[in-house]
Amino acid sequence: MRLVTVAGPPSVGKTSLFIKVAARLRDDGAHVGVVKFDALSTTDDAAYAALGLPVRVGLSGGLCPDHYFVSNIDDCVAWGHGNGLDVLIIETAGLCNRCSPHIKGVLAICVVDNLAGIHTPRKIGPMLRLADVVAITKGDIVSQAEREVFAYNVRLANPRAPVVWCNGITGQGAMDLAFRIDAAPRIDTLEHHHLRFSMPSAVCSYCVGETAIGETYQRGNVRKMSFEDCQ
Amino acid sequence: MSPRIAAFLSGLGLPDLPAGASIDGWTAAMPEAALQDMGLDREQLAAHLHLLLQAESAEPAAERAAIHTLTVEGGHGKDGHAEHDALVLSAGEIVCIVGPTGSGKSRLLADVECLAQGDTPSGRRILLNGALPTPDQRFAPDCKLVAQLSQNMNFVVDLTVGVFLDMHAACRQIDPNSGVTGRIIAIANSLAGERFGPDVSLTQLSGGQARALMIADAALLSESPIVLIDEIENAGINRRDALDLLVSEDKIVLVSTHDPLLALLGNRRVIISHGRIADVITTSEAEKAVLIQLEDLDAAMLAVRERLRRGERIEDTIVWAHHSPRERLHVR
Repeated sequence: MRLVTVAGPPSVGKTSLFIKVAARLRDDGAHVGVVKFDALSTTDDAAYAALGLPVRVGLSGGLCPDHYFVSNIDDCVAWGHGNGLDVLIIETAGLCNRCSPHIKGVLAICVVDNLAGIHTPRKIGPMLRLADVVAITKGDIVSQAEREVFAYNVRLANPRAPVVWCNGITGQGAMDLAFRIDAAPRIDTLEHHHLRFSMPSAVCSYCVGETAIGETYQRGNVRKMSFEDCQ
Repeated sequence: MSPRIAAFLSGLGLPDLPAGASIDGWTAAMPEAALQDMGLDREQLAAHLHLLLQAESAEPAAERAAIHTLTVEGGHGKDGHAEHDALVLSAGEIVCIVGPTGSGKSRLLADVECLAQGDTPSGRRILLNGALPTPDQRFAPDCKLVAQLSQNMNFVVDLTVGVFLDMHAACRQIDPNSGVTGRIIAIANSLAGERFGPDVSLTQLSGGQARALMIADAALLSESPIVLIDEIENAGINRRDALDLLVSEDKIVLVSTHDPLLALLGNRRVIISHGRIADVITTSEAEKAVLIQLEDLDAAMLAVRERLRRGERIEDTIVWAHHSPRERLHVR
C-alpha cells in the first residue's frame, strides 16, 4: 500500500485539493482510502465519503494533534491494509506551524497557500522544511509578482522539494500530485519507523490539566521569556 | 556570503554565516537547543545550506529558460474531433484566443500553464522549442515558465509598492540599486494614467493601477518567457502599450478576450469552438485598419467619460472617425 502524509496550516485548502487528487487516483483504478485528523470536529470526511471512498476520522480533542497523529498512524496503516487499499492518504491537522508529522521513508506533502502572506514560509517549521513536495494553493487570486516572491520564500525554506501549483476548485495540480503518490514507497507497517524530526514538546503542569496562572504552578519543562533589557 | 543563506537564516532569527566560516564547521558548532528550536537536525541543516548555496551558483535563469517557440498539438474537442494542425507560437508574438463563453478558451490557457502532456481533458501536448518540457521546466518553482495575469488577481500583501518591488527584485538576485523599481513604477504610470508613487500601499491601488503594475512587473521583473492574459478588458489601462511592452521583452503573449480592441491587436487569433481550436486567423491589413477606427471610437468614449467625471454636460455630437479605414492606415 502506498502511503502519503499531507500537512499544512489550517484553511489552506488541503481537503479541497486532496478530494481532487483522490478522485484522480480512483479514476486511474486505485483503491483509495483517507484518514482525516482534526482537533475538535470535522465534516471533511463526508466530502471524501461522497466520492465513495472509505474514510476514518481521528479527533485529537484536548491533546496536541501531532502527538495524537503519531500515536495512531500505525493503526491507520493496519486499517488500510485490512481494507485492501492501494493508496492511503493521511490528512493531518497542522495547527501551530511547529508540527512535524512527516515520517522517514513515507511520501510527505506540505500544502501552503498564497493568501497566507509572503513571509509565511519562513514561519513554518519541519512540516514545510522537511516535506518531499510542496503544493501551493490559491495562486489564482493573487498577483503573479506575489506568487513569485512566495515561491522564492518556499524555496528558501525547502530547497529540496519540487513545488506544484494547485487549485482545489479547478483541480489544477491534482494530476501531478496523483502521479507522485503513484510512485510513493510501499508501506506494510510503520513499526520502528522514525519521524523526520521530533514533535513540539512541552511536559509541564499545563499538559496535565493545570489552569492556575503563576510561578508556583509552573512545573516541568518551562521556558521563560527574557525582559532584561526593559528593566 | 550568499543572499539565499542570509535570507534563510534571518527568517530563523539568526545572523548570517560569519565570513570565512564553512557550512559544515558552523553547523557542527550549533548548540543542540538551537537546532531543536530551528526544527532541523544537524545533517538536515547542513544539507539545507548546501542546497541553498548550490542554487546560488546554478546557471542564470535567462539562459536556462530561453524559449523561442511554444507548440500546442494533439488536442481534441469536447465531441472528440481532433485539432488538425499544431499551433506554433514564437517569442515576441501576441496571439489572442476568442470564442463564446464556455467554448474552452480558459482550458487552452490552463493547458499551456501546466505544460500539459496529454493528461488534461483536451489531450493536448505542449512542446517548448519543439521538444518535450523537462521535469525541471515543469516543476522548478523559481524559474516558472508561465506568468499569468487575470481579472481575478489582486495584490493582497500589506506593503508599499516600492518595498514590494525591491523584494521581488531581490528574489531575482537583481541589484536593488539598478533602478528597476523606479522604471516599473514609471511604466505602470504610463499605462494607467492615474499616477502613483513608491510609497503608496499595494492594497490601495485602483483596479487600473494594480493591473498596470502587474503588467510592468511581468515585463521587467518576471523571468517567465510566456505570459497568459485572461480577460483584462475593463482594466482602465492602455491595452496597446501594455501588449507592446510585453512583446518588446521577447515574451510569448497569449490573450483570452472578448474585447475587439485586444483581439485585433494580436498577430493572430485562435478561434475556439466546442473545446477545440477550430481555426487560426492571421490579422489582415484591413483588420488592422478597422482596429485603428475602433481605437478612435474607444478614445472618443474615454473622452466622454473624462468629461462626465469633470461634471460636464454631453450634448454635442461625438465625432470620432474622419477617414475610411484604408486612408487611416496610410495616415499612421
